[in-house]
Amino acid sequence: MSITNSPHSGIKQKITVGNLNFFYGDNHALLDISMVIGDRQITALIGPSGCGKSTFLRCLNRMNDTIPGIRVEGRVLLDGQDIYSPSTNVVDLRQRVGMVFQRPNPFPQSVFDNVAFGPRVLGSHKSQSLAANVEESLRGAALWDEVKDDLRQDALSLSLGQQQRLCIARAIAIKPEVILMDEPCSALDPIDTLQIEELMRELKRDYCIVIVTHNMQQAARVSDRTGFFWLGELVEFDSTQIIFTHPSQELTENYITGRAG
Amino acid sequence: MTTRSAFDQELQELRDNVLRMGSMVDTAVGRSIQALKERDQSLAQQIIAEDEDINELRFKVEGDCVRLIARQQPTARDLRFIVAAMTIVLDLERMGDHAAGIATIVLRMGSEPLLKPLIDLPRMAQIAREMLRASLDAFMSETNEQEAMAIPDRDEEVDQLYNQIFRELITFMIEDPRTVTRAMYLVFCAHNIERIADRVTNICERVAFVATGHMQEIPSEAGTDVGIS
Repeated sequence: MSITNSPHSGIKQKITVGNLNFFYGDNHALLDISMVIGDRQITALIGPSGCGKSTFLRCLNRMNDTIPGIRVEGRVLLDGQDIYSPSTNVVDLRQRVGMVFQRPNPFPQSVFDNVAFGPRVLGSHKSQSLAANVEESLRGAALWDEVKDDLRQDALSLSLGQQQRLCIARAIAIKPEVILMDEPCSALDPIDTLQIEELMRELKRDYCIVIVTHNMQQAARVSDRTGFFWLGELVEFDSTQIIFTHPSQELTENYITGRAG
Repeated sequence: MTTRSAFDQELQELRDNVLRMGSMVDTAVGRSIQALKERDQSLAQQIIAEDEDINELRFKVEGDCVRLIARQQPTARDLRFIVAAMTIVLDLERMGDHAAGIATIVLRMGSEPLLKPLIDLPRMAQIAREMLRASLDAFMSETNEQEAMAIPDRDEEVDQLYNQIFRELITFMIEDPRTVTRAMYLVFCAHNIERIADRVTNICERVAFVATGHMQEIPSEAGTDVGIS
């Protein structure tokens, strides 16, 4: 396993994973994963189907907890605090570490209500601050100009690319610190994909972003650091430039040049 | 069949074209010295005409490289190899020009007798050709960095011969000003060969780059005494 673990100086360590082992029952799905994820950066996780990258992503906000029979060993530190400690408030965790999924999944409600949902659940009801939050979030997701004239329109009437940006707006409305994205562009056309990538570059100014993608060119375009997973192991983790120009592991080289997996 | 057979085949074709171009340059250098020794004007003209073929092959390889980058999204070693091929054919093309330069001098010298028998010039050319072949072998076999970096060591021999030739010809010119033109022609020939050997160093730097991903200069001796570059 080859890891250049510390982001270069000046980058704050946001999430530190230490010797993480994950089991679906008897299936040892993640083998001794250790990595440091930097704040205000985009970290991409690549690897073939079934390699464990999505499982790993879901460990970062304990979304795997909902699956029966799972077992977690090791540590995942968010700002130095282990999220798997018994004292962790999982609801708070998921507000701090938000998630965007592969298929856009807006609620069957208006655009406004989709974005306002999270803040309302967290206790925000004053219409002025709610409206301001919704606008800020839609702007942050590069969707405001396209929907501002009719925030009451049904979210499902938006295009797929707009729906995905709405999901991003929904995620950032509750002011997370980390945004996890599980193949966020898989269901989108190339232009929507490039728009989302452009949005990611803006979002990384304010958030720690971790993205799982099976599109290697996307990882190469958009990420600062890339981790390569293979059969549940983290084979190599380094700056994206190094991974794609001269990776140190032969398996990494074989995978990204399309000659393995 | 690998998962990228078509791409692998195109990379092989690229490899073959670079080798072919190197072979053409090697031949041109050898023949230019032969034309010089034998004062063979028609051979010289042939070399100059055939330099066009070398130039065309350079443009073909460059075009193929651009196309491969656009269409195949090469990464890692594939990418380094393609980038190296693009720059190597540029060096080869210039080397071809230097060989044609010697042929041009042969035409200019006409039927004037040589100042002295040619010994050092052909020796220089022989070393330069051996260096060229070694660098291309290194490129083809995707050799390691150490082997590639060792090839330019022989450039010192070439530079020493160049200095020797230069000093001898200066002596000729001082003793008899009527020899100046013929002496200068021979200096230009030596200069062309010295440039060919220098370009081989560039090729070796690219081979090391393909192996390691790092671009670095192979240090040369502090210039030739002559100081012309």
